[in-house]
Amino acid sequence: MRPVYAISGGVSKFAKARPDKTFQAVIKEAYDYAIEDIGLDFPTFTSVVDGSVSSYFSDHFARQLMAGIMAQDYLGLCPKPGHRVEGGGATGGICFQEAWKSVASGHMDVCVAYGFETMSHVETWKGNEFIALASDISFDYPVGGFYSGYYAMMVTRHMKEFGTTPEQLAHVSVKNYNNALYNSYAQKSQRISIKDVRNSPMVAWPLTRLDICVMSDGAAATILCSEEGLKKLEAAGAKIARPLVKVTGIGRGTDMMRMADRPHFDYETFMRDYATPQEQNSDETKVYYKKLWDHGTRYPGVHSFRAGRTAGNMAYKHAGIKDPLHELDFVELHDAYTSSEIQTYEDMGLCRYGEGGPFAESGKAFLPNVDYGLKLKDKPVCAVNPSGGLIACGHPVGATGLMQGVFAIWQLQGTIKKHFKADQLQVKNAKRGAIHSHAGTGTYVSISVLEREG
Amino acid sequence: MAKLPSRREETLGGYIVHGIPFPVSTDEESLEFLKKMAPIQIEQEYKITYLHSYGQDSPWFAALTNKRLLASRDPESGYTTANPRGADMFSGAETKWIDITNAPAKVHAFTVCYFGSEEFLPDCPFVLALIEFEGVNTLLLTRLMGVDPAAPALDWIGMEVKPRFLRNSKLKPTDVYFAPASSEQ
Repeated sequence: MRPVYAISGGVSKFAKARPDKTFQAVIKEAYDYAIEDIGLDFPTFTSVVDGSVSSYFSDHFARQLMAGIMAQDYLGLCPKPGHRVEGGGATGGICFQEAWKSVASGHMDVCVAYGFETMSHVETWKGNEFIALASDISFDYPVGGFYSGYYAMMVTRHMKEFGTTPEQLAHVSVKNYNNALYNSYAQKSQRISIKDVRNSPMVAWPLTRLDICVMSDGAAATILCSEEGLKKLEAAGAKIARPLVKVTGIGRGTDMMRMADRPHFDYETFMRDYATPQEQNSDETKVYYKKLWDHGTRYPGVHSFRAGRTAGNMAYKHAGIKDPLHELDFVELHDAYTSSEIQTYEDMGLCRYGEGGPFAESGKAFLPNVDYGLKLKDKPVCAVNPSGGLIACGHPVGATGLMQGVFAIWQLQGTIKKHFKADQLQVKNAKRGAIHSHAGTGTYVSISVLEREG
Repeated sequence: MAKLPSRREETLGGYIVHGIPFPVSTDEESLEFLKKMAPIQIEQEYKITYLHSYGQDSPWFAALTNKRLLASRDPESGYTTANPRGADMFSGAETKWIDITNAPAKVHAFTVCYFGSEEFLPDCPFVLALIEFEGVNTLLLTRLMGVDPAAPALDWIGMEVKPRFLRNSKLKPTDVYFAPASSEQ
């Protein structure tokens, strides 16, 4: 595989509704931004780019089959190669990785990944119904198909097994909404407290409205290239910032569509097949996990995402990461729910399974330059969702994973101030970050590691 | 105190409009003005009836109509799934049916949904639960009755429950639901 560079990106500001433009024109906003950021004009970029990957989740929301080709057409990319990918909430992250594959394999030198979702075309509760159709329509959906309900069941199990509290979940919401105060792209930014989160309307016990991301219209695009692609772009006049941002790790995992069907593995199987190398090499951690299993924990059950753990282990091995908490400067992860951010801390090895709650309130995932109105025990170590994540930025499904890619590129380029018009969210001297995209009840997860060269 | 909603819920529906304001002439200035025009939004209805087959899982639904709850078991390893599964995920072998109607069952996880997808809004609040069965390796998603949706408690996890069946089957997985074993039949 060849080295792949992520050189530019763009995001349309996510909004509750964008009736002013069709989806193709919203995608073009993000696409044009990515092109302009490397100093090229539309026709010149068109002459250099080899092809595309497009992503959107739901034909129901779009009420349009083959929407990908309509975007390809609007962006002037025909007759270049292109295809659409779909993988639920992980659609954007998968799209990013498919573009990486196109370049890494030598099939393309310059590939653009773009994605969108227009979720405003139906009312909120119909939108929830569409999303719930991404659960088994014979067995899960008819029982009361509602994703917030599915995730809330995971929470009650996490609380029961590990002692996680709703207040620990609320720390995630406070962090992400307060971070978003400095992100001009965020759909919702507000200064909130733990009390505000707990007092907001209860949706599915114990998740309140402020524990849950909102639906959005929006688009995002990233440009990936090989060394040959860099030469072609620069020969065409592109001004590409140095040091370059390279994609150094790719990982993906899957799990059963029906959450109820997930296995409940014993301690030995977990340690052999799922524990991180760091966990496998720590006697203290082995004792810790043995104690959990002796008290009834089984893996993954419904409290954990083995797709996320599988993707993380794969991406870390690829990128040579042994201690993710200390070797990643930031993570943009899929916080559709505050609880799923906590579950993902554990899957990604930022803390051990069962320790996500205390980790959430420790301060390790917070930023040093933002006032959260909280007393945090620990200093920031690895910023999680410095952008505000899905909870604050919004979640136009097919665009979300790509938005994470764009924000990661800007963090590693050190250009957050330029793009966000504020630098509070710039992770100082960010050298390496990860993006995490997640579908269903943990059915598809993609994790990509991006790194600044030099 | 919980925050009170300060905005009304948006709904579709409204007046049918014949004719939309438009410049009386299409001179250059008027056409340029069209760039400032607000978008036109129309309602489009989409309704369709599917003929959905339960395929190899059909006996599971047939059992519910006869007040029996089936599960799938790998004949060799004994690995058992509460949801029907034609082939075992480890061996790939065809599974056999077993009857778990009377298997001891407990609540593994639950939630109370105070909101829901459009189809289920009339049911709110309702309790969703994942049930674990003795001798079964996986869980079953179901509705839990006989508990107070206004007073959810973690203690519900581990509660012994029993299946109940609709008398008038709808041929849906909701033909079975669960209630505390201690509650009256």
